[in-house]
Amino acid sequence: MSISLLLEMAASSNPDRTAVVSGEIRLTTSELSELADGGAGVIAASGAEHVAYVGTGGVMLPLLLFSSARAGVAFTPLNYRLSEDGLRQLIDRLPAPLVIADAEYHDVVAGAGKQVITSDEFIVAARTAEPAAEFPDPEDVGVVLFTSGTTSKPKAVELTHNNLTSYITGTVEFDAAEPGDAALICVPPYHIAGVSAALSNLYAGRKMVYMPQFDAVEWVRLVRDEDVTSATVVPTMLDRIVSALERDTIELPTLRNLAYGGSKVALPLVRKALGLLPAVGFVNAYGLTETSSTIAVLTPDDHREALSAADEAIARRLGSVGQPVPSIEVQIRGEDGAVLGPGQTGELFVRGEQVSGRYTDIGSVLDADGWFPTKDIAMLDEGGYLFIGGRSDDTIIRGGENIAPAEIEDVLVEHPSVRDCVVVGPEDPEWGQIIVAVVVPADGASPDPDELRAHVRAQLRGSRTPDRVVFRDELPTNATGKVLRRELVDEFQRSRT
Amino acid sequence: MIKNGTRLQSQVCDTQVIVVRSADSLDDLRAGGVPMVPIDAERSADATLDPAFSDGNVMGKRYVDENGAEVLVTKAGAGTLSIGTTALNLKEAKPLPASD
Repeated sequence: MSISLLLEMAASSNPDRTAVVSGEIRLTTSELSELADGGAGVIAASGAEHVAYVGTGGVMLPLLLFSSARAGVAFTPLNYRLSEDGLRQLIDRLPAPLVIADAEYHDVVAGAGKQVITSDEFIVAARTAEPAAEFPDPEDVGVVLFTSGTTSKPKAVELTHNNLTSYITGTVEFDAAEPGDAALICVPPYHIAGVSAALSNLYAGRKMVYMPQFDAVEWVRLVRDEDVTSATVVPTMLDRIVSALERDTIELPTLRNLAYGGSKVALPLVRKALGLLPAVGFVNAYGLTETSSTIAVLTPDDHREALSAADEAIARRLGSVGQPVPSIEVQIRGEDGAVLGPGQTGELFVRGEQVSGRYTDIGSVLDADGWFPTKDIAMLDEGGYLFIGGRSDDTIIRGGENIAPAEIEDVLVEHPSVRDCVVVGPEDPEWGQIIVAVVVPADGASPDPDELRAHVRAQLRGSRTPDRVVFRDELPTNATGKVLRRELVDEFQRSRT
Repeated sequence: MIKNGTRLQSQVCDTQVIVVRSADSLDDLRAGGVPMVPIDAERSADATLDPAFSDGNVMGKRYVDENGAEVLVTKAGAGTLSIGTTALNLKEAKPLPASD
């Protein structure tokens, strides 16, 4: 099924419901639908085979998502933070694109040799254009997203209409939201969570309140002013919101549900957030671009049970990503490909209709039975709760022994003097790689490296003890909170030579 | 076998569905007791809703049979969805918390 149908259903059931609030712009579902029809007309008239968007999002994200679908072409939101050169390289990989850019990014893409119009021009044209309404084949690609490229050249992930709509119909009940429900969307438009937020909240019947540039104080203000009932944040955002709530006691009476994800959130931060917002239901969502967003969810009830559990096995689940969603199958496989049982650690494989596993110019990486290798290290417990132990690419091999940095990070971050940390493995002539812990001290703390090493040694095997502990004011992260490990490794390797 | 993603309409009520998961059984998919037809097909002028199949269906809900067939209601109507004379079952979904 096409994603266009999601909007059609919303518009026919609740035409006058507010669908989008974005700065000064407010659109009902029927207004969004009409504007998307006009937008499709603009795209069709341009002759473009692909739509690219460079900007901070807001109303442009749902509008271009549905306009492109109705024009029968694929849509790619690009990372507006990239350099001119970086953006041009990605745009050059798209077939005959129409580039739509927020005014402040227009100059950055103007020289790319493609058709370029501004977001404002697009909206004006869409209001008067002859509408178009193609019905793309469900197997057609609806959205192409570039991976963040923190470890290698960005890959272009192809998500079909079927992948995206399977995710929505498999995890969201149509129109199930309460009449006043509102979702605050502050994830970047070029991230899978930005795409899925526009689809799932529209389908659930939630007003989408957009916040294009994240700021914790502004986030709190919007939650209060727009009576926001649910929101999704990445780890760095959660950290800043928690800091803002610690500075001033602020009630968020309407907020029922706060989802976090995008990359791993340290447990002390989760506990602090739960303590500051006891009435809010927390949701840990785990997913990948290649899986059309969420594939496992740790629910509010799971959080509460884990927090109050005397049983260590249940308490530990606070650090899990919960159970797979019903439409997803999971397997943990060992290095030899054998499927492992509960409690055993290996690589996570997933299967389901929302899973794409297909990249432009590379093709599908699914195996013969449709399983996608996530390259995440994982373990399932006896109750089917999924634990993610970082990327297999990040594994440190020190003296022939495989070491998952996440194992050390989970221990280090629990030390009271540690606010945040990451463990990386720069090359070393003697050991192959060594373990370097990069630590952001807690406010006012100045931890002793040997004490931190002893803290790790007391809980893990001796071979897991960091060879070096380095202190930083903050960790290098991208906009979605992913720590740029490569950058740290490069830095340590350079400083050796 | 009918293709996934095919959109069908009732001939006797407002019902429209999309095939989410196909099965051979869907060849005899009916709404209001009368076979459903492709969304762009001509509706029969003289067909009428069978009162025995007039319990209606719910917008946005998924309906399934025992063969694994699944359809999603994209427009609700007065007719009961059935395979032959066996009514489809409403697929009960465990509600998931909002995660996007």
